[in-house]
Amino acid sequence: MTLLLVEQFLNGLQIGLLLFLLAAGLTLVFGIMDLVNLAHGSLYMMGAFFAAVLTEWTGSFLAGALLALPATALLGIVTEVIALRNLYTRDHLDHVLATFGLILFFNELARVLFGVGGMAIPLPDSLLTHFEILPGLPYPTYRFLIILVGLLCAGFLYVLVQRTRLGMLIRAGATNREMVGALGVDIKLLFTLVFGLGSALAALAGLMAAPITTVQIGMGDNILILALVVIVIGGIGSIRGAFIASLLIGLVDTMGRAFLPNMLGTVLSPADAGTVSEALSSMLIYILMSGVLILRPAGLFPAPGR
Amino acid sequence: MPQLPLRLKSPITSLVGSALLILLGLVPVAATVLDDPFMLTLFTRVVIMAIAAVSLNLILGYGGMVSFGHAAYIGIGGYAIGILAHHGINEAWIQWPVALIGSALSALLIGLLSLRTKGIFFIMLTLALAQLVYYLGNGAYAYGGDDGLTIQQRSSFGGLIDLNDKESLFYLCWVLLVLTLWLTYRIVNSRFGMVLQGAKSNDRRMATLGFPVFRYRLTAFVIAGTLCGLAGILTATYTDFISPAMMHWTRSGDLIVMVVLGGMGSLFGPLFGAFTFLMLEEILSSWTEYWKIVFGPILLLVVLFARGGIDGAMVRGAAGYALTGLVTLFAMYIVHYLWYDDWVPAAIVLAVAALAIVAIWLRQRRTGGQHG
Amino acid sequence: MAEPVLKVAGLIKRFGGLIATDNLSLDILPGEVHAVIGPNGAGKTTMISQLIGELRPDAGSIRFMGQDITTMPVHRRSHLGIARSFQITSIFLNFTALENVMLSVQAHDGHSFRFWRDARSDPRLREPALAALAQVGLQERADVVASALSHGEHRQLEIAMALATKPKLLLLDEPMAGMGPEDSARMVTMLKKIKGSISILLIEHDMDAVFALADRITVLVYGKGIATDTPDAIRRNAQVRQAYLGDETAGG
Repeated sequence: MTLLLVEQFLNGLQIGLLLFLLAAGLTLVFGIMDLVNLAHGSLYMMGAFFAAVLTEWTGSFLAGALLALPATALLGIVTEVIALRNLYTRDHLDHVLATFGLILFFNELARVLFGVGGMAIPLPDSLLTHFEILPGLPYPTYRFLIILVGLLCAGFLYVLVQRTRLGMLIRAGATNREMVGALGVDIKLLFTLVFGLGSALAALAGLMAAPITTVQIGMGDNILILALVVIVIGGIGSIRGAFIASLLIGLVDTMGRAFLPNMLGTVLSPADAGTVSEALSSMLIYILMSGVLILRPAGLFPAPGR
Repeated sequence: MPQLPLRLKSPITSLVGSALLILLGLVPVAATVLDDPFMLTLFTRVVIMAIAAVSLNLILGYGGMVSFGHAAYIGIGGYAIGILAHHGINEAWIQWPVALIGSALSALLIGLLSLRTKGIFFIMLTLALAQLVYYLGNGAYAYGGDDGLTIQQRSSFGGLIDLNDKESLFYLCWVLLVLTLWLTYRIVNSRFGMVLQGAKSNDRRMATLGFPVFRYRLTAFVIAGTLCGLAGILTATYTDFISPAMMHWTRSGDLIVMVVLGGMGSLFGPLFGAFTFLMLEEILSSWTEYWKIVFGPILLLVVLFARGGIDGAMVRGAAGYALTGLVTLFAMYIVHYLWYDDWVPAAIVLAVAALAIVAIWLRQRRTGGQHG
Repeated sequence: MAEPVLKVAGLIKRFGGLIATDNLSLDILPGEVHAVIGPNGAGKTTMISQLIGELRPDAGSIRFMGQDITTMPVHRRSHLGIARSFQITSIFLNFTALENVMLSVQAHDGHSFRFWRDARSDPRLREPALAALAQVGLQERADVVASALSHGEHRQLEIAMALATKPKLLLLDEPMAGMGPEDSARMVTMLKKIKGSISILLIEHDMDAVFALADRITVLVYGKGIATDTPDAIRRNAQVRQAYLGDETAGG
């Protein structure tokens, strides 16, 4: 039983870290540019598609992944310059509407470019192995890799935000955008850079998730909601908050999905238990977020100056 | 963000809106003459969605509450009908009140939980609570789960009106749309409406003036939810089916698009919006299965450049463009209907529309009029 | 001496380590104009926020007409008879001037769960609103949308909205902010007309206006009231001159 728990804990960690990669970009953009970007999930999807196509072309998952990152970052930057730049002065409803339009666009674009069926990313044999994390507990190497990469990125972001000049500008911009501009910083460039960084992170999350979940149209829509839940709980503009909230949500979601069917199977038929537990697991996150917002209408870690 | 003056009522919008209503009312006649029941089905959907859009406009357009979970009430109203029918209760006199009260109570609960928050948090919370309802539907294995629930027998008003007759059903929906519009008109111009609009404009000031804003917002929320539940009842009735997919947050997004496209905070706006949205969907989907690719950018452009939507364009002196758009849409539908596979008539209509727009633009430049 | 309309005793408000209101006590007598002056950052707006109920003091009490309102919510204070105008114009830009004031009147005319009758043509709302507009001199502009009014007219509208609630106490937070000399003079004349029938707490930087209107002045420095006296006495008060007036006379 403990082995099962550890395994599910690791799975929760893995999902949480993927979620963190997605949410970090979202919270950066929201925190600094005050932009609600629903199309962030589309960048997640496009990153996965790019990786799938590039992996096919180059024959190497690593090459595909490494090329997909700048490709998606570029896509993000182009989107920002063409469409999103004009939205910074508008209110949140305008953001929601405009980026909802972008979601529709990207979903259809993906359909045109990549077809309706979706794609799969085959993993190299080296990653298809298992290794023993604990005696008696073989854990997929690939999932472990995800955890590793996720933690590395979290560390990188921490260093970036807390210790570099760019990070200082980011933190300053999150609390007072106008001042940073008045200080002579090219605010447009800063925004574009941040957006590019966020896009790359989203792409990384998408392409790492892809071998497990397959690449599909609209794969970004549902996880986007989770990412929004993360930043609402974790506090807008807070990377640290996003980290904690992502892990929390990843764990809750995984544990729920792992143990609910069995718990419900004691009272319901297996088929019904399956249906109900599927629904309940999905609901858990929303119940969690609703609970947080009802008790703390500004999130768990509200960013200063808000 | 510049706000449109609240009461720059242009007689144009009332005229066009009323004309559209009347034209819609004549659809059954056209359907009979052309012997096309599908047309009736399509426009029944337009009318029902218009009711849903009008209900959302009350809280979104007039009240400033961006509810991203409004589609949930379509589901609640629809499932009430479906579940009762599933258990053999087909009397509309029982089903309808249950569905409406259910919607009202749900709206009350959701409103109580979410109206304390603001901005993006409010949007997220309404989205989350609506997703809860969606997943509830998915998990309700006894009632079809995510496959949805088929309604074997249509509701019966006991001889008063035959809901199995397409025409009667359409007219019922149409009358309810007219009533909903009228009800909205009275509400937004009443004292209650003033409070609602004032709170949208400046809710801090409203509190200082002495208004306990929360209870007024909650009331508006419940009214809107109930009216949307009505749309749900009608949806379940005319399709004989209800599923959780109708409650997904992207459906709520569609409703918001309709309200914004048509013009927020205007009486006929949601009608314009629902009509345009569904007409575009109908026409564009026949051209290409990738029609949504056009939809996204259209929405984006409207948000960036035509913030007041169709109604706003008419009010602000860009009536020419708006009317051209609506007439083109109308003509395109006729073309699509008569010459389904032939692109030439469609191209002709679009060319004429383009010429008209250029002509209007030139005229406005020459007279130095307002640019819209 | 008559019973004060407003009695503030020992008010304290902290924000983290910063003391914004430092054991402040003052009272406002019926019909008087009591001005509060002080350098920027002295805590004047924080004080008003506590008086109106948007901020809750950490210690001390606020009594209005003898009733303790220290923790009473904002909208209820309005019904007791306290009205406030905002330092940064806070009106309803989409509504006409008349509709703005009508909202004010409506707030005090029972509940607003009335869904049927047209509100804009309701004489119960129109008459008092037009009267308030006339009081501030805006009656000609009644049907102009607020977003089209000038800054000075916005400030006048602010006051009209406050007056329409027939308050006993008017809290004016820099009503003349951003106004030119003509508009300011007009505002002073208007305030002189209503003073006496209403008690007024006036926060202002415009010293000419303050000395023209005030019956008493309290000087606020770093959240602390350092002197409360008649205008002449304040002018002569050495401590005040040092803290505030000395620097201000140059700028006015």
